[in-house]
Amino acid sequence: MNLDDIILQAEQAIAAATDPAELDQVRVNFLGKKGLFTEQMKGLSKLPKEEKPKAGQVINIAKQKVQKLLTERGELLRAEVIKQQLAAESIDVTLPGRGDELGGLHPVTRTIERIESFFGDLGFSVKQGPEVEDDFHNFDALNIPEHHPARQDHDTFYFNPKLVLRTQTSGVQIRTMEKEQPPLRIISPGKVYRNDYDQTHTPMFHQVEGLMVDKDVSFTHLKGVLHDFLHHFFEEEVEIRFRPSYFPFTEPSAEVDIMGKNGKWLEVLGCGMVHPNVLRSVGIDPEIYTGFAFGMGVERLTMLRYGVNDLRSFFENDLRFLKQFK
Amino acid sequence: MKFSESWLREWVNPAISSDELAHQITMAGLEVDAVEPVAGEFSGVLIGEVVECGPHPDADKLQVTKINLGPDFNDGELVDIVCGAKNCRLGLKVAVATVGAVLPGNFKIKKAKLRGVPSHGMLCSESEIGLAESADGIMELANDAPLGLCVREYLDLNDVTIDVDLTANRGDCLGLKGLAREVGVLNSLSVTEPTITAVTPTIDDTVAITLAAEQACPRYLGRVIKNIDVNAQTPLWMIEKLRRCGTRSIDPVVDVTNYVLLEQGHPMHAFDLAAIDGAINVRYASEGEKLVLLDENEVTLSTQTLVIADDSKSLAMAGIFGGLASGVTTESKDIFLESAFFAPLAILGKARQYGLHTDASHRYERGIDPQLQRDAMERATTLLLEIVGGEAGPIVEAVSKDNIPAERTVALRRAKLDGRIGHHIKDATVTEILTRLGFNVAESGENEDKVWTVVVPAYRFDISIEVDLIEEVARIFGYNNIPNISPKATLAMREQKEAVLPVSKLRNALANRGYQEAITYSFVDPKIQVQIHPGQATMTLPHPISSEMSEMRVSLWTGLLQSVIYNQNRQQGRVRLFETGLRFIPDESAENGVRQENMIAGVLSGQRSEEHWDIEKAATDFYDIKADVEALLSLTSNVNAYQFSKAEIDALHPGQTAAIHKNGVLVGHIGALHPELERKLGLNGRTLVFELLLSEVCVRNIPLSLDISRFPANRRDIAVVVEDQVSANNVLQLIEKVGGNYLVDLNLFDVYRGNGIESGFKSLAIALTLQDIDKTLEEKDITDVVDRVVDTLKTELNASLRD
Repeated sequence: MNLDDIILQAEQAIAAATDPAELDQVRVNFLGKKGLFTEQMKGLSKLPKEEKPKAGQVINIAKQKVQKLLTERGELLRAEVIKQQLAAESIDVTLPGRGDELGGLHPVTRTIERIESFFGDLGFSVKQGPEVEDDFHNFDALNIPEHHPARQDHDTFYFNPKLVLRTQTSGVQIRTMEKEQPPLRIISPGKVYRNDYDQTHTPMFHQVEGLMVDKDVSFTHLKGVLHDFLHHFFEEEVEIRFRPSYFPFTEPSAEVDIMGKNGKWLEVLGCGMVHPNVLRSVGIDPEIYTGFAFGMGVERLTMLRYGVNDLRSFFENDLRFLKQFK
Repeated sequence: MKFSESWLREWVNPAISSDELAHQITMAGLEVDAVEPVAGEFSGVLIGEVVECGPHPDADKLQVTKINLGPDFNDGELVDIVCGAKNCRLGLKVAVATVGAVLPGNFKIKKAKLRGVPSHGMLCSESEIGLAESADGIMELANDAPLGLCVREYLDLNDVTIDVDLTANRGDCLGLKGLAREVGVLNSLSVTEPTITAVTPTIDDTVAITLAAEQACPRYLGRVIKNIDVNAQTPLWMIEKLRRCGTRSIDPVVDVTNYVLLEQGHPMHAFDLAAIDGAINVRYASEGEKLVLLDENEVTLSTQTLVIADDSKSLAMAGIFGGLASGVTTESKDIFLESAFFAPLAILGKARQYGLHTDASHRYERGIDPQLQRDAMERATTLLLEIVGGEAGPIVEAVSKDNIPAERTVALRRAKLDGRIGHHIKDATVTEILTRLGFNVAESGENEDKVWTVVVPAYRFDISIEVDLIEEVARIFGYNNIPNISPKATLAMREQKEAVLPVSKLRNALANRGYQEAITYSFVDPKIQVQIHPGQATMTLPHPISSEMSEMRVSLWTGLLQSVIYNQNRQQGRVRLFETGLRFIPDESAENGVRQENMIAGVLSGQRSEEHWDIEKAATDFYDIKADVEALLSLTSNVNAYQFSKAEIDALHPGQTAAIHKNGVLVGHIGALHPELERKLGLNGRTLVFELLLSEVCVRNIPLSLDISRFPANRRDIAVVVEDQVSANNVLQLIEKVGGNYLVDLNLFDVYRGNGIESGFKSLAIALTLQDIDKTLEEKDITDVVDRVVDTLKTELNASLRD
């Protein structure tokens, strides 16, 4: 067969191959060890010595031409294959992904963590204490002796006359001051208990109390810190007022109201300058040190922040309620 | 304390509106809870007189009247009104809703005919004009009520009731007198007090008084009033004032004592003179002494209770509640009136001890003015004589002067004032505030050394030390006039122990695994808790909200499981909840006899995954919750310290429960709920729980980095057949023990029972990863390890290699 015929034949075979496997067979037929070009090369040996180089060169050129055609065709066919494969692997990207959704923290925890963060920035450490508390830490040390009318305001759960469910986390402050000397900056978040259950009261709720004791701590500082806190907590310039009140453990004492969206004042926390009797009861000299203390209701702040309308929903643990807080 | 604004304004009348007044006293520390109108909205109701009154021709219960509304009403024309009230009678002064009047509820009065008789208006009862909830008959006005005058004007109904929530320190404001004093201070106005004059005795009768407990009762005034008419009518003006202060009219004697209580803030008590045997003695009750109180309950008095007694018996609980036998009744003719000062310490807590709380005890506990007894007595006598008549005897006063609270002298130092407030209030302002508060002020020193020496009136029980005065100055100056300043403090870093694993990390880990945090009550239903923790000692609240909230939890499971049921009942089938909080275990060796331990617990139920188009449905099981616990423990970087071992506890499935030990110490449990308990509690489907001691889990190892080998790792898989009761842990721990240094990882990747494995046995497929830090391992090194492992398993656990 002459070379031109072989090339022609190869061209036709390459063009006729429809997939990479067929094309590979064509390659074997022409360029393989027993392929037509190999036979051509073998035929060279019969030629006279001086013709060999030229004839060889002609064959090689023809072979390269076929090789090039094979490569081109091969790329084309592979592209086609990939194209088909990709088309076959196409999916609906709008279907939901596999795996579990995230859970979330309770909104009360979320609020406590935010409060801890704000006061942490000011160097307040978090302290915790027992919830079943003796009457000394819950009352006496806080300048609320037995039979003080203020004790009755607390709706206390008593186990016996000496043992209660704490009505405030202030006991933690007492325990801290018993152990540490000023300067002190602490906050104590936690559960507190009052024997009261209706639309606006649950018998268990959460408070964050704070205490700062140092030289030269004054009422202006208390106001400054709480103004800052409320503005940062609500992330807006809420209108705030300090209203004189009475707590046996602080003097002067104040309740702090913020202006609600409905144009009414809402009480959000109680505070004051630590009463000298309280400092004295834990061995801190009130002539040298002064301090401020505050206590805020976590549920109230959470309700205002997130628009929760029913206090009781915090303890029903309805997943439809909880899942709103990711 | 509720009070009528117009009554207050009789004493002190600042030129501000009701709202401004309410705001002003709120901002002075007397928090206003509510401001309510004293009557309904109505108009067109005039005073009239019944001038004709006869039976209705066609109706038994109706009367036909003619009403005179005075000369200015339609030139004196009489008005025809048909009335159904029994007390409608000739000559009565009545409240007449004339045609065109509008009564509360937008009820318009029109001309009408009642059973054929024309009726051009309506005679009103108290309830019809919003003065009372209900009424028996029409309103009876005083005989001198001027005809034709608008009833609103006549009764001064354009008034409000202001309800102040007084704090425990301000007993001095539990009367109009104290409130007026406070409003006077706030507005720099003087207060006009009602004139109190001494009543001249017209009889000589007295009752002798002995003070046997002089500290508790240092002053007691008594007076006899004879020949009173208890059935006299309390005047409308007094009934109205009482009503607007939240007090119901009872009878004229009680009304007068209540009136003095509200006006002067001073409790009074009236005895029936006939019930007093001999003289009055104020003493402590004797052991076992009994007294029947006005509410007809008999109490056994403690020896700490002060009583008013006569020669033979106790008559009343001093300062708290009167006795039934000595009370004034409709039969009483002569009375003995008491006006006493009882020391707060003698009364504090006593009423509560008997389950009582009265207007009197409320005031005596907080302290009343020890100088006010005579004024109160004279005021009450004058009012009584006006209303019930009779003759008053002379006042007998028993007093122990040494025990009367004295005026106190308190010094206020400039440096302390400035230090506590942090803002300089001018000398003159301070002096003015203290003076206005009724304190007697002496000034000394200058500038930094300035001192105010203040004599505090006895009625201000709340002021005895310097900070009390500082508060008064700040309060009147106005908290909102004091600037807000950020405190300055030494910048000292806070200790943050890295080995303490923050609870927030654990919370977030569970939240990231799909758990929602719950908060349940610390007190639970004992009936449910006992099913979960039978035999466990608990703490019980003697006075709980309800029996379902009466026992302190001994684990977090009770609350969590109830939350699961709550959600299952609301079509939430897939529940994953966790909680952190205290459990309360009675323990004599712990502080206050209770171990309060912080726990972290979780509960799982429902499908393993949310329903998904490409995930097969499967109920959650032990290994799901175990993975969550393992994830928590991995945060400690100390997983090897924890061991899971098969365990049995009451609440859980005996075959699917593990105790978790940390270095041999029990730190928690994990398992499937016992199916029987699931059924009893009404849980739907398999429920898994865990609980761990937070104090143990919140300790972590600080990572110590090891070099990573640069040489290739070799994996060899072995499949060993062991008896079923051999746990995976047995096998893996043994391999670790004998694996040597080259063994860097171990993974059990298949558990197989069935074809090819004898019943009662299982095949465990385990991948060993071998590697050295210094060299590429030779095949011989590898086979040595594998052979050693296999041999040990054979000898120790009777294991065989699976073909």
